[in-house]
Amino acid sequence: MDVKRRKFLKIAGLSAVAGVAAPSAFNMLLKGDAVASSGGGHAEKTENTGHAAKAEPKGIQYGLVIDVKKITHTKGLAEKCIDACHTEHNVPDFGNPKDEIKWLWVDDYEHSFPEHSHHQKNDALHEMQFMLLCNHCEKPSCVRACPTKATFKNKDGIVMMDYHRCIGCRFCMAACPYGARSFNWRNPREQYANGNFKFYKKPLNPEFPTRMRGVVEKCNFCAKRLSKGMMPSCVEACGNTGAMVFGDINDPKSEISKVLRENYTIQRKPASGTYPSVFYII
Amino acid sequence: MLEKALSGKSGYWAWILFLLGMISIGGLFYVYQYINGLGVTGMSRDVSWGLYIGQFTFMVGVAAGGVMLVLPYYIHDYKAFGKITILGEFMAIAAIAMCIMFITADLGQPLRILNVILHPTPNSMLFWDMLVLNGYLFLNVIIGWVVLNSEYKDVPPPKWTKPLIYLSIPFAVGIHTVTAFLYCGLPGRHYWLTAILAPRFLASAFAAGPSLLLLIALLLKRVANFDAGDKAIQKLGTIITYAALLNFFFLGLEFFVGYYSQLPGHMHTLDYLFFGLHGYDNLVAPMQFSVFIGMTATILMLFPQFKKSHRNLAIAAGMIFTSLFIDKGVGLVLGGFVPNPFERVTEYYPTVPEIAIVLAVWSAGALILTVLYKIAVTVKNQNA
Repeated sequence: MDVKRRKFLKIAGLSAVAGVAAPSAFNMLLKGDAVASSGGGHAEKTENTGHAAKAEPKGIQYGLVIDVKKITHTKGLAEKCIDACHTEHNVPDFGNPKDEIKWLWVDDYEHSFPEHSHHQKNDALHEMQFMLLCNHCEKPSCVRACPTKATFKNKDGIVMMDYHRCIGCRFCMAACPYGARSFNWRNPREQYANGNFKFYKKPLNPEFPTRMRGVVEKCNFCAKRLSKGMMPSCVEACGNTGAMVFGDINDPKSEISKVLRENYTIQRKPASGTYPSVFYII
Repeated sequence: MLEKALSGKSGYWAWILFLLGMISIGGLFYVYQYINGLGVTGMSRDVSWGLYIGQFTFMVGVAAGGVMLVLPYYIHDYKAFGKITILGEFMAIAAIAMCIMFITADLGQPLRILNVILHPTPNSMLFWDMLVLNGYLFLNVIIGWVVLNSEYKDVPPPKWTKPLIYLSIPFAVGIHTVTAFLYCGLPGRHYWLTAILAPRFLASAFAAGPSLLLLIALLLKRVANFDAGDKAIQKLGTIITYAALLNFFFLGLEFFVGYYSQLPGHMHTLDYLFFGLHGYDNLVAPMQFSVFIGMTATILMLFPQFKKSHRNLAIAAGMIFTSLFIDKGVGLVLGGFVPNPFERVTEYYPTVPEIAIVLAVWSAGALILTVLYKIAVTVKNQNA
């Protein structure tokens, strides 16, 4: 009798511990950033109530608002932004779509927002240039998928890449609903006979490392420039057109928050539940 | 026991030499890929996984299929499988070795593969897949070897193998469930984002694995004087039939959900794979062929008169294996990528190096299988 009771108590106690621990362990599993944010604790969120509804924001979350009309109507602005970004970060250009690497690019409305349906074609809308880039999601599915923490979320909300940690499994590319990640299918540096490297696309910016083949890369919101108090290079390229506004979307006093409050903005693929930090004013 | 693999007839050595030749050719192509990067494959920014990961996914299923012998034999004491259970375990070893080779071939930075262990990341399904795959590999190596060794020495297998055998059963289910989770946990890829992916994986695994075993058992009867027994062969046929039936039922469910709901994202991939999308249809013929031969063979297998003949069984098992190979080894992975999430279509064609490397991995798997089976069959025949 005694033995049985002790056994029962033991089992009951263990089950209680397991019962309490299991949900939190499961939650940790789901929150990609819980473990992966070795750089600093990204603010945890309470449960969301529905599609695109967001709980109280905490911590810094950098974001970008893109005014699509201004981008489209200022001739050559999109190209200027892309060039600034790709030059700044030594993004190679192999000249073919198969090996393509892109951090910032343009697409039309239809292929940027495939889930939005319209009855009649709105000509103005369909001629607009949508600048696409990594969305630096609040709940990034790429960070959740990465098996080595080569992709992680910074404490300022930027989804970062550690090119030296990446094993090139490309799981993050499958996980990203926005196609924002590129893989170095080929070596972006050409090797000379003397062992020195030449970069695939000139000019080379010595301030930023070039990558090697076999790793994934993507937009990093110019984290290096931000640390020096500068704006991302695409935002800088927009000058005072106001086509891009960058800042902390969790800070109600920031300029970007003001722009978000005053305009109707849309995000890409809200149903994916990743909460993109890039917004479009149409 | 290893020395048993070192003696054989000329046919055995010719087969071994052929496999070594295929491995060398593919090995050279791998060196080429290693030097030049994955750009030598047909994969692209849109289709970032191709034949390697497709084959990996299929082989996980073949490995898991071995459990369909282990489970009836050890849990239900189904004696007829006594002679071939070891074949199931050894097949799992070869299949997982192939999985690991496919993954390695697919990595952009293979030398960094230890990062998965050095930086364990419990939020990544790949981490868990590595754990269950390696766990299942070790379990099968230990169980298979120790049990066969006991038979060789004519003593009963040690008691401690029992719990390991029981443990290997959930592991077999686990390897394919976690592999399904690699796909069905991703937002934005409708073809994979389905709760029935893991059941579909298991059903196809439990048909494909035993199909291969049945073919090998019939082959061994011819070339190695090893008879698994008609009872075991017939039972394998039954297992294959029901697993294949479930597989096609599950596939039908996907069709229903896609086309009855009329949700564009769910229909696009099915359209692309089975009927063509915006004029892109490079997978339509193989996918339709896959469903046709798979369903034909499954229906034929339902007739007891048909199943009686070993020749018929071999043909049907071959058809089902091929069908599932196309469906899972090619269609499943490509379907998730080719109509991309932005309704653009980039098709994928594997390159010569890619195909040569895939053939080399298959040859390496066949080599492991041949050597292990040579040992097993010699021991079994010697004690018979």
